[in-house]
Amino acid sequence: MPEFAQINPYLLDEYAVQLVDTLGRVMVFSVIAAAIAVFVAASTAFGQGRIAAQAIDAIARQPEARGSITNTMILGLGLAETGGIYGLVVAILLLFANPLVNNLISLITGV
Amino acid sequence: MDLTIRNLWSIEIGNFQMYITESLRNLWIISGALILIAIFVRIKLKRFKQIPTGFQALLESIITIFEKYVRSFVGDRLAFLAYWFFTVFAFILISNISGLFFMRPPTADWSINISIAVVTLVLIHFCAIKTNAREHFRSLLRPVFLFLPINLIGEVSRPISLSFRLYGNIFSGLILTSLIYSMIPWFLMFGPPLIIHAYFDLFAGALQTFIFCTISLVLIGVFASNDETA
Repeated sequence: MPEFAQINPYLLDEYAVQLVDTLGRVMVFSVIAAAIAVFVAASTAFGQGRIAAQAIDAIARQPEARGSITNTMILGLGLAETGGIYGLVVAILLLFANPLVNNLISLITGV
Repeated sequence: MDLTIRNLWSIEIGNFQMYITESLRNLWIISGALILIAIFVRIKLKRFKQIPTGFQALLESIITIFEKYVRSFVGDRLAFLAYWFFTVFAFILISNISGLFFMRPPTADWSINISIAVVTLVLIHFCAIKTNAREHFRSLLRPVFLFLPINLIGEVSRPISLSFRLYGNIFSGLILTSLIYSMIPWFLMFGPPLIIHAYFDLFAGALQTFIFCTISLVLIGVFASNDETA
C-alpha cells in the first residue's frame, strides 16, 4: 500500500484499502486507454500518406502548378491531422491530468 | 521531467486572485522582444526612401510577400487583415522556436492558443457581416431553421479544433524533447539533441505557424464570399 501524507479521518479502514486498490486499477487502465488513444491518433498517418501521394501525382502531371499544389497539400495535411491531435490531447489528459485519479486521491486523503 | 506549468507568484485584487504562471512570463518576454525589434526597425528607418535599398528593401519584400499571401485567400477587399496576421505569425513563430532558448514555449499552454483562436472566430464573423450580412445570418439557418443550434455548435467547435492543433503539436514536441533529455547521459547533452530541436522546434514550429494562419485565412475567405457558393 502506498503511503499518503494523510488519510481521510472519516473513512473506515477497510474502505480506505478498497479505495487504494481501485486507485491502482484506475491508473493501470488509464495508461492502457492512453496507449489506445495514441494508436488511433497514429492511424491518421494513413490518410496523410494518401494526401501526399495524390499531391505527388498532381505535381507529376502538372509540374508548373507545383506551388499552389504544395500549399493546398500542407493545408489538407493540417486539417487531416485534427483527429490525431484530439487523440493525443486525450492521451495527455489521461496521463498527466486524469480527473478520475484526482477524484479518488481527494476521496482518500479527504483534502 | 516536469511538465506542469509552474505558478511563479499570485496577485490579489480584492477577492479575485490572479496567477502569474511561467508561460505568462515567457509570453511577456516574447512580446517585449517583438516590441523592441519594432522600435529598432523604426529608429533604423527614420526616413523612407523612394527607391528602397539594403535593410528597407529586405523589410519591404517580407511585407509584400505576406500581403500577397493574405490577398490570395481573402481577396482585395479584406487586405487589411494582412497586418493582424503578420503580428500573429511573428508571435506564434517566435513562441514556437523559443524552446531553443531554454524557455517553455507559451504556445504549449492551451489558454494562450484558445485566446488567439477566439480572435480568429470574431474576425470570421466580423468579415462575413462586413461583406454580406444578410447572407451570413441566413447561412446559419440552413438547410431549415431547426438546424440553428447545430450550426451554432459548429461555430463554437471551430476555435477549439484550431487551437488544439497548435497546442497538441507544440506540447507533444515539448514532451518528447524533455523525455529524450531525461534519457540521455550527460556527455551526450550538447550534440545529438540539436537534431531533436531542429525538428520539433524549428520545423514543426514554423509549419504549425503557417498552418494556423492559412486555416484562419481560408475560413475567413470562405465565410466572406458565401454569397454564391454555400
